[in-house]
Amino acid sequence: MMKNSNKGNGNMKKWFRSGSPWIWLSAGGVSISLISVLGLLWLIASKGLSYFWPADLHQFELLDEKGVRTTVIGEIYDRERIPASQLAHTGIKLKPNQETIERLLIKTGNRELVSLDFRWLLVPQIQSMITPEELVVIERRTNGNFYGYIDALVLDGKEVALSQLPQLQERVDEFQEQIEALQKTDIGAINYKLERLRLKERKHTLDNSLTPELIQRFEKSTEKLKNEYLQLEKKLMALRDEISRDQLIVRAMDGQQVTINFEHILQINYNNQMGLLDRTLMFMHQVSAFIVDDPREANTEGGVFPAIFGTVLMVLLMTVIVSPFGVIAAIYLHEYAGNNALTKLLRIAVINLAGVPSIVYGVFGLGFFVYMVGGSLDQLFYAETLPSPTFGTPGVMWSALTLAILTLPVVIVSTEEGLSRIPAAMRHGSLALGATKVETLWRIILPIASPAIMTGIILAIARAAGEVAPLMLVGVVKMAPNLPLDGNFPFLHLDRKFMHLGFHIYDVGFQSPNVEAARPLVYATALLLVTIIVSLNMTAVSIRNKLREKYRMLEH
Amino acid sequence: MTIAHNSSGTRKLKNSLAKWLITLGGISVLFTLVLIFMYLLYVIKPIFDSAKIESTVSFSTKKSNEISKVALSVGLDELKEVAYTIYNNGMVDFYQLKTTPEHKVGHKILSTNVLAKSNQLRLVVDSGVYLKLLVDSQNNIQLITPSFKATYTEDAREIIPSISYPLGNENLILDEKNKGLSQVAFAMTEEKAMFVAFTEDNRLIKTTLLAEDDFNYDPAFETNYQEIDFSHNIVDDILVTPDLTLAFVRSGNLVSVFELDDEDDVVLKAEIISATELTTMALLSGGSSILLGDSQGTISQWFEVAAENGRQFKEIRTFTTSNNEAVDLIVTEQFRKSFYTLTSSGVMDAFYTTSEAQLWQGSIGNTQPEAFVISPRADGLLLINDNKLELFSVENEHPEVTWSALWQEVWYEGYPEPDFIWQSTSGSDDFEAKFSLVPISFGTIKAALYAMLFAVPIALTAAIYTAYFMTPGLRKKVKPTIELMEALPTVILGFLAGLWLAPLIENYLPAVFLLVIFLPCSTLLTAFVWHQLPKEVKNNLPETLAPILLIPVLLLAGYAAFSLSPVLEQYVFGGDMRQYITNELGINFDQRNALVVGIAMGFAVIPTIFTMTEDAIFSVPRHLTSGSLALGATQWQTLIKVVLLTASPGIFSAVMMGLGRAVGETMIVLMATGNTPILDWSIFQGMRTLAANIAVEMPESEVGSSHYRILFLAAFVLFVFTFVFNTLAEFIRQRLREKYSSL
Repeated sequence: MMKNSNKGNGNMKKWFRSGSPWIWLSAGGVSISLISVLGLLWLIASKGLSYFWPADLHQFELLDEKGVRTTVIGEIYDRERIPASQLAHTGIKLKPNQETIERLLIKTGNRELVSLDFRWLLVPQIQSMITPEELVVIERRTNGNFYGYIDALVLDGKEVALSQLPQLQERVDEFQEQIEALQKTDIGAINYKLERLRLKERKHTLDNSLTPELIQRFEKSTEKLKNEYLQLEKKLMALRDEISRDQLIVRAMDGQQVTINFEHILQINYNNQMGLLDRTLMFMHQVSAFIVDDPREANTEGGVFPAIFGTVLMVLLMTVIVSPFGVIAAIYLHEYAGNNALTKLLRIAVINLAGVPSIVYGVFGLGFFVYMVGGSLDQLFYAETLPSPTFGTPGVMWSALTLAILTLPVVIVSTEEGLSRIPAAMRHGSLALGATKVETLWRIILPIASPAIMTGIILAIARAAGEVAPLMLVGVVKMAPNLPLDGNFPFLHLDRKFMHLGFHIYDVGFQSPNVEAARPLVYATALLLVTIIVSLNMTAVSIRNKLREKYRMLEH
Repeated sequence: MTIAHNSSGTRKLKNSLAKWLITLGGISVLFTLVLIFMYLLYVIKPIFDSAKIESTVSFSTKKSNEISKVALSVGLDELKEVAYTIYNNGMVDFYQLKTTPEHKVGHKILSTNVLAKSNQLRLVVDSGVYLKLLVDSQNNIQLITPSFKATYTEDAREIIPSISYPLGNENLILDEKNKGLSQVAFAMTEEKAMFVAFTEDNRLIKTTLLAEDDFNYDPAFETNYQEIDFSHNIVDDILVTPDLTLAFVRSGNLVSVFELDDEDDVVLKAEIISATELTTMALLSGGSSILLGDSQGTISQWFEVAAENGRQFKEIRTFTTSNNEAVDLIVTEQFRKSFYTLTSSGVMDAFYTTSEAQLWQGSIGNTQPEAFVISPRADGLLLINDNKLELFSVENEHPEVTWSALWQEVWYEGYPEPDFIWQSTSGSDDFEAKFSLVPISFGTIKAALYAMLFAVPIALTAAIYTAYFMTPGLRKKVKPTIELMEALPTVILGFLAGLWLAPLIENYLPAVFLLVIFLPCSTLLTAFVWHQLPKEVKNNLPETLAPILLIPVLLLAGYAAFSLSPVLEQYVFGGDMRQYITNELGINFDQRNALVVGIAMGFAVIPTIFTMTEDAIFSVPRHLTSGSLALGATQWQTLIKVVLLTASPGIFSAVMMGLGRAVGETMIVLMATGNTPILDWSIFQGMRTLAANIAVEMPESEVGSSHYRILFLAAFVLFVFTFVFNTLAEFIRQRLREKYSSL
């Protein structure tokens, strides 16, 4: 007996001294990191994707302690367990040993009838839960979703059969598209031209070169544009009359009847009647709508197209600025710089540019680019728009410039790494054959290093797509009325403000008027951003790995 | 050969041109960094400049054969283009201060007499910038306001002055008994005008004029006379606060403070007794502080603070004139808390009270001027002495910011004691902006330290295992996955921390503490169980697969912790752990606190530390490890005593770069904390960091103001901090690389 326990103790001591427990603890560090990364991605994916999946619509019958019966219709958003004592004040009856109560978060929509469109239901109070087939969710342009039953369909004042619903919806959709094209493209172009005329006139006034014939010319053009506008306005009114012709009469959960005009309806779905195939199709439709549509309801609904567009455009501009700059700096550091103090200083500068907090770049961009450079540009070239600034205010160009400086070190480091992997033999061979240094660079070195340069650019893009702090100061807005690229001359408007996916997440999550409604949208946008950035990174890493393999073989 | 020769000229040219261009491009990287540094300094520098005061315009107000008159008061318009003087013979003269197409400097635009007969003016009392109360030798009292109208012609602007009477043209009867007044003070709002005066027969009276409508439109009023219970026979100075609540009456070295808002009775609120001989008294802008000047050249500032037995007037700070001469006059600015002192030999000092800054000192003449005034926008000084009118320009943009005001405790008006406060804006107009960088720097350090507390153990242990114990196959998969963390935008980490993690921690608070125990214990338990397993199983599941084996174990431990949390909360903490720690332990709990930030920012910093530590450990030459193992050490002993020691500079520099990153992080802190600028180490309280502060306040600050420049200063502090850390880390890593290549 004693021997065994001695052996047992000896075993433990030996195990301890071998260091094995510490090794396992350090392995635990790896596991925790892995769990957190993968867990985070899974969390965003599941919460983000569930936003698009058409959920079941339920009807709940509740009975509370006072004997009041209520009916609630909606989608289940969340469920949680809370300690029973936190609800003790509601007077709810608990089972003898019950420590926790489960509750469900239901989205009830119907913003015109109830004050909050989300509601918590306590599971013990739920008498019954059914999923009737006729329950419908109506997605609208204003006031959010409506959940209820369709009572009647009214076409031009007369009640008609519900089977005509799809055709009426299609008709309204077509007209809405025409209205939007009319407003955004045609009328927008006229407004833009009118503004440019005004600025031209003001410029002449400031230069004292306004002659009576010029005045007459401007007046004539303005007249013409105004007439065009009146024509378009008439067309718009006619279209508006068309879409307000039909209505839908629906019944909400408390029995109230509401009339919804077709012009407000985007989609009508009988979620409970959809099978797996229908739901998958609906899912894909929602995902594409998210990417292609404009936002509605103060960014709490709709799509994120302007944010995607703004991010892409800004990143493209930034790439155009940073690529030549970064590649040239890397070439200098690798090919031309001597082994002296200046080079050491330069390398320190590159490291520091990488380490400076991004907000400092934002501050620098705001003070130097926006106010100093932009202000001077305004004084020199855009004096006629003053006091309203053109470039002396945050915009897409200054954002691109600021982010170019921020991502410069990424491009430099990556390009340098690519240049250093090229065997010296290639350079020597080319120089020995009589090529100048620049020819060697241009014809031999750069083409071989181009995958590394591309890696650097992709990493820079991934970084720029995710940086928000500096952009908050130099050009991003919550809601941009128009895109920086449109059909009006000069087509690319570098002075306009834009929307950004990362900032959109911050804004919708923390500065939106209806946090519960906005939350799923935040997850969906986060999922989109993470997908873009992770795929960019993985592309860059795989290119880099392939390069390493290729050069390992070259060196042998 | 021939081809090369023919085009060698252009090729050589292209080569040199390219070389210059590329060199320029390379150097411009250094240039960018220097530009950022210089620009930040350029914006910051003005806040540390002292005031610049210089004489710009001066001329004589006396024509050759006029008799000398004594000036009792001067004033000027907002644009410093027209000045006016009120003489003791009742004349009010307006002079041109700026050359316009119509007039030259010194031209007398207007001259009017405000006294009915040829009486002598005895007293002119100011209130605010424009109101002047005139008392003449026959005890006729008038209230006048010089007003200025700007008219615009082709290219120029002309200011046309005039005099208006806000309380009507008739004489004001301020004393019921119609005795002469030896001292008067007053203040006026739209609804009331209050006068406190000391009469010739030693009575202290208070007279209130109640507007029938609004004094801005209608001078009609009702009068209410009151007498104040006052036992002293002399009164040297009287002051009334602009909000009509207090009157300060100085008799010698005693200042009596009276409450004026009661219509029935005037109550003596406090008495301030000075140890030294007082010479003058003035009210600071805002009407809360009183400045007392004495014969030794000391000016003391007093305001009310909350003490144990109610609110009391306390001496807060003192200032001394530059030549220690007696203070003859203290003149305060209208909108800022700065003041000027004048001595009898013409020496002037400018001070700012809150930051205890001495802004300027020098001489503005040989004697004290007859009349002295600060321009309405505090950008000029006007004085008249011996018929010479002189205008000074004052450049004093940022008096409230000094190095000590930014970093030391400051005693603000209304606070019981000096404190570190950051409060840059508020809703009311009489707000004093409080700029102390200490709470927000503290917040930065607190956030960084908590982040390192979470990140360093996990990152170091993960790096050690990955670099040293892991098989190459597994390493190829694990390393990129962990490096993926670096690519995640911090916006996403921040929003998850604020919207998901913070409520989760708040609801499952016991789970957090359970996890700290469960995770290591379950790891050790798994280690022990594995150790006891038979050899065949051990061969199939080698120790090198430990990270993978641990994943389900840790997940299970986490699930257990979260399931037990409500039970624990119910039984041990009475149903709500939050309330328990607030009520029983006295620790305040904020939903978005340092714990949430620590976890979220730790997550963001882990990949930075991991990558570099892993690199450092992996690059330790193999022969050191082999040698140690050959001599009989275990794997772990080799690791601790040989490998880690050799790689320690690399590990140190990795931690420093992680710290640098944590200090500069903006979005996570912005979204996961309450952004409260408090000085509290508690893990359950929020904080405000330098970076988040800049992001929040910069879009709303006025360009060029002190606030704007201080935000740039915060950015500069961050810049210098990360510069020092990154450069140091890079030096260490360079030395390490050289050391390895020699090993």
